[in-house]
Amino acid sequence: MRQLLAGNYAVAEAVRMAKVQLVAAYPITPQTPIYEKLSDMENDGRLTGIMMRTESEHSAMAACIAASLTGVRTFTATASQGLALMHEMLHFASGNRVPIVMCNVNRVISAPWAFGSDQSDSLSQRDTGWLQFYCEDAQEAYDTVIQAYSIAEQALLPVMVAIDGFFTSHFIEPVDIPDQASVDAFLPPFGLPTRFDIDDPAYINNVVNPEQYMGYRQRSFEDMEKTRPIIREVNERYQRIIGRGYGVVEPVNCAGAEIVLVTSGAMTSTARVAIESLREKGLSAGLLKLKGFRPFPTEEVQEVLKDVPKVVVLDRNISLGKEGIWCQELKAALYPLERRPEVHGFIAGICGADVSPDMIEGMVFQALSRAKPERLPTWVRRDG
Amino acid sequence: MKNDLIVEEMERELMRPGHMACPGCGEASTMRLVLKVLGEKTIVVILPSCVGVISATFPNATFAVPCFHSAFEIAAPTASGIANALKLQGREDVTALAFAGDGGTFDIGLQSLSGAADRNDNFIYVCLDNEAYMNTGIQSSSSTPQNAWTMTTPGGRRGRKKKFMQIIAAHRMPYAATASIGHPLDLMEKVRKAKEIKGMKFIHTLTPCSTGWRMPEDLSVKAAQLAVETKLFPLYEVIDGSEYRITHQPQGLPVSEYLKIQGRFRHFTKDDVDRLQKEVDEDWERLLAQSAMKGCV
Ligand SMILES: Cc1ncc(C[n+]2csc(CCOP(=O)(O)OP(=O)(O)O)c2C)c(N)n1
Ligand SMILES: [Mg+2]
Repeated sequence: MRQLLAGNYAVAEAVRMAKVQLVAAYPITPQTPIYEKLSDMENDGRLTGIMMRTESEHSAMAACIAASLTGVRTFTATASQGLALMHEMLHFASGNRVPIVMCNVNRVISAPWAFGSDQSDSLSQRDTGWLQFYCEDAQEAYDTVIQAYSIAEQALLPVMVAIDGFFTSHFIEPVDIPDQASVDAFLPPFGLPTRFDIDDPAYINNVVNPEQYMGYRQRSFEDMEKTRPIIREVNERYQRIIGRGYGVVEPVNCAGAEIVLVTSGAMTSTARVAIESLREKGLSAGLLKLKGFRPFPTEEVQEVLKDVPKVVVLDRNISLGKEGIWCQELKAALYPLERRPEVHGFIAGICGADVSPDMIEGMVFQALSRAKPERLPTWVRRDG
Repeated sequence: MKNDLIVEEMERELMRPGHMACPGCGEASTMRLVLKVLGEKTIVVILPSCVGVISATFPNATFAVPCFHSAFEIAAPTASGIANALKLQGREDVTALAFAGDGGTFDIGLQSLSGAADRNDNFIYVCLDNEAYMNTGIQSSSSTPQNAWTMTTPGGRRGRKKKFMQIIAAHRMPYAATASIGHPLDLMEKVRKAKEIKGMKFIHTLTPCSTGWRMPEDLSVKAAQLAVETKLFPLYEVIDGSEYRITHQPQGLPVSEYLKIQGRFRHFTKDDVDRLQKEVDEDWERLLAQSAMKGCV
């Protein structure tokens, strides 16, 4: 059924329909409507599990880890400072191999204090061992949360679903909500055993020696690699049952393009308009949307960009001392190619600053006019 | 009936031999007694602390019950998560139990403990208070007594020991108590009570540490007894944060009896001892006034 929903409410709806048993959360803008909506659902009996109103995000994640180990399906949502506060627990979740799903509503990190959308919060959690997916709109947010449970529970690794603060979290859009029976057909009830078996007692997370520790890390690394076919299979099954799907990358008009714009998250929608306009002007421009960040879609990116001469990467985040984070990742992914495209990095939309189709077109023209990429990314700001 | 129960509990051994505790470890003895009462249907949460090393170095598994070595500041929300999951699964016959040190309770875990107490989640929290960060090598915590020696207070700690049971009482949990290996039957009785009560239960145990307290290893039980009998660590219960009940009438020995067997107090002057004695006497009077029983049982 088609409904008008803000992205946050679409996420809450997905959590309810995924029959999550334990939600633990703590409020932070722009995540709060997820927490409030789930509380409403609990209050009117539509969410049948337990809602833990914790005293911090750190404890919310701690509770999810423990409940997940005990054998129930869990969810939490946060943003920005909350995600940063959770950092220790993010490693703890992946190390303990719990299939938690978390929505992170991208928001800039202090200092200075601000609230706008910015991916630095979640991208800077890159090495915590979580799968990370970035969504373009409310519909994708809904679908990705449902898919995330299937992926997480097969891989025994936690999944973070990122949506842009305000642009996706608060804008109201038509969202197609499937019926419960279809969701149930796609996502069976939580089927993992409790890791605390009274009849066969065992320890979880002992102190281990270096060899053993390294063994665990290698195993986790290999299992993260094995999520690639799982993600593909889950998406195909979702497509079959629900009728929609998304790749870990989405190329638009990239074949034969002279220049390809690479985006992630909500900015992709604006980029679609810009690319359309550039093509009307006779430019052979393509768009590559990146949805998967961990595992990084290296082969998919190589396949799409191997014959493209120029690439423009648009980053709504910045890593001081280097460049935009997607740009770094993309360059690393392209390095093994024999003929590598030029990669031009642009920083725009930090903290939710406006990025118009005109501005994006301007970046493409700027890149086209350059004989070679600049060493540092180009900052694109309305105020110059 | 009650005696049969005690025999059964006494024979039950859920802490296996061969663990890594120092000789005379108060934490090990306390955990052993607690598990005797709680039995097989228990899931234990432990933390980075001496307990993590005593019980959880692979491939050893000291507890004969399922155990999760959680992170330092999250004993309470970890046990909360387990307790709530057990509730969802209809397995409320299983007890969720957390063992946390004084560092993990008085300091870094205070916030998350407060959150769990507010939600009144259904588990037992046992604080193993050895009055310092022992696992990392005897550093001062907010549980370390005033002027006591530790590695980070070589000239004696300036701060005063936090009155933790007052913080606990302020949370109005259904059940809180102090206990000690010096009085094992009292300790076990309190654990037995806690097991029967729904909601959050907190048991503050004083766990002498011969290594950190600079004391011969055969004096742990004696030190625990002296802490109680000098009124320095009285044994009592707090029901719903307001109803105080003293469970053992202390002999009222001078605190110097307790201090003199421990090297960490060796530098104490007469003034230090007098100041502590005065504080202990005042605290006892306050406890008597709070206690509905105004005395012992
Ligand atoms: C966040 C964090 N900070 C510091 C540590 C290091 N650490 C491990 S055990 C410990 C001391 C524990 O002291 P306490 O809780 O009193 O338990 P005890 O060792 O005395 O039994 C510390 C500081 C840690 N594991 N995690
Ligand atoms: Mg300690």
